[in-house]
Amino acid sequence: MALIEVVNFEKSFGEKVIHRDVSFYVKKGECLGLVGGSGAGKSVILRSLIGLEKPDSGQILINGVDIVPFNEQQLVPIRKQVAYAFQGGALFDSMTVYENLAYPLRAHTELPETAIAEKIHLQLAEFGLEKSIHQYPGELSGGMQKRIGLARAVIMQPEIILYDEPTAGLDPYNTKKIQELILRLKAKGVTAILVTHDIPTAMAVCDKFAFLKDKVIAEQGTIDQLKTRNDSLIQKFIEGNIL
Amino acid sequence: MSEPVDLPAMITKRFKEPLEFLGGVALLAKDTVKELRTRPFYGSLLIDQIYLVGVKSLPLVLITALSTGMVMALQYGLGLEKFGGKPYVPRLVASTILREMGPVFTSLMLAARVGAGMASEIGSMVVTQQIDAIRALGTSPIKKIVIPRVLACLIVLPLLVSIANLVGNFGGLMVGSSELNLDAQFYFRRVLETSNLKDYIAGFGKTFFFAIFIAMPSCYFGLTVKNGTKEVGIATTKAVVTASLLILTGDFFLSKLFWVIEKWL
Repeated sequence: MALIEVVNFEKSFGEKVIHRDVSFYVKKGECLGLVGGSGAGKSVILRSLIGLEKPDSGQILINGVDIVPFNEQQLVPIRKQVAYAFQGGALFDSMTVYENLAYPLRAHTELPETAIAEKIHLQLAEFGLEKSIHQYPGELSGGMQKRIGLARAVIMQPEIILYDEPTAGLDPYNTKKIQELILRLKAKGVTAILVTHDIPTAMAVCDKFAFLKDKVIAEQGTIDQLKTRNDSLIQKFIEGNIL
Repeated sequence: MSEPVDLPAMITKRFKEPLEFLGGVALLAKDTVKELRTRPFYGSLLIDQIYLVGVKSLPLVLITALSTGMVMALQYGLGLEKFGGKPYVPRLVASTILREMGPVFTSLMLAARVGAGMASEIGSMVVTQQIDAIRALGTSPIKKIVIPRVLACLIVLPLLVSIANLVGNFGGLMVGSSELNLDAQFYFRRVLETSNLKDYIAGFGKTFFFAIFIAMPSCYFGLTVKNGTKEVGIATTKAVVTASLLILTGDFFLSKLFWVIEKWL
């Protein structure tokens, strides 16, 4: 059974049509690479999966439940289950790294402060960021901010993670680090959707791909299935050229 | 030949933004009231905001109040001197400060300082996706961002106005005794004798409305920033202008309201 299913998704901003009749699904434990050119609307789909945007029509099923009609209050249980790793980390810049990681735990659990501190230390150790615990986001590099953003996203142990350009603008060292973290989470059975232009990372972590082109999903499937397609965009992607 | 004027389209375009603002602020106010009644309550964020709005604004408020009181005493004194009306200066200064100048000037200063700060901070949080992150983490931006700021203004502004009233009258007393040759004890006694609770309440009561006029538009314009950092500046300007206009125009209607209430009492 699909854990995430998008059915006939349509979205416009004013006169501008972004998506027409987009449908795809992701099974439990799978990682889907959502790829396409700049402005294809990849992030719009990702944001809609957690209710940050509402589609004009269509369904978004998470664990079989359509979240499109949900209000902010009804979306809370979904958002505990589905984590979103923002492109720039989206850390709260008035809080330290510790406070950033403590934020969802304090909001959604009854854990005592000692247990929260222990959880945060463990999480930061796993991400290799223990030394940054008392620093503010502004004192960290872009790569570290993204890793801490990812650490905050997964601290509630979600079933699903949505990665929005996790390696964009990073040096090879930090790209590798993020790649390893995604693979580690995948090994734990976390279902994921990865939006990226970074083809090597996508190839390394994704089980299948969906190509957004001209407002629709032009092709989808595993790499072996895609190799048989004639579309030039897909061939470029398989050859490792930038989309 | 000139093209026919599309009147409905012109009217829609002209009134779209103010109507969007009114609707948006009304919805934000509704959500704020609704979420005030539910847990969790971020007490530490409220204390942070009280410090930022209140303590940090205090020097500005003190300077404004002191100079207002001094200027008013000087102007009233010089104007009334010709008619032998100098003894009325304490009463006039006190009444004007308590009813109008204290609340209005303090609120305008706060609108400029705090309103701008709120709109730009929240707008920057929108641009850097921090507001999205609050939502994505299953929490509410209203609770975390709006409620602490609105409550801080509601708590702090009346206190600041009370302090401004005292300092403004002190400024009047200083000028009264040094420039107008009024005895300081006489001045002080006249203020106490002629000012009454109604003067104080008429001004103090307005501060709760002014607090809302500052906090709600500032939060609204901050939260509705869309297209990058350029809009943060625009939102900041809009927040300050709107809050100032609401204070100035609202003051007339609130004065009228308190006038009616005083008549009943």
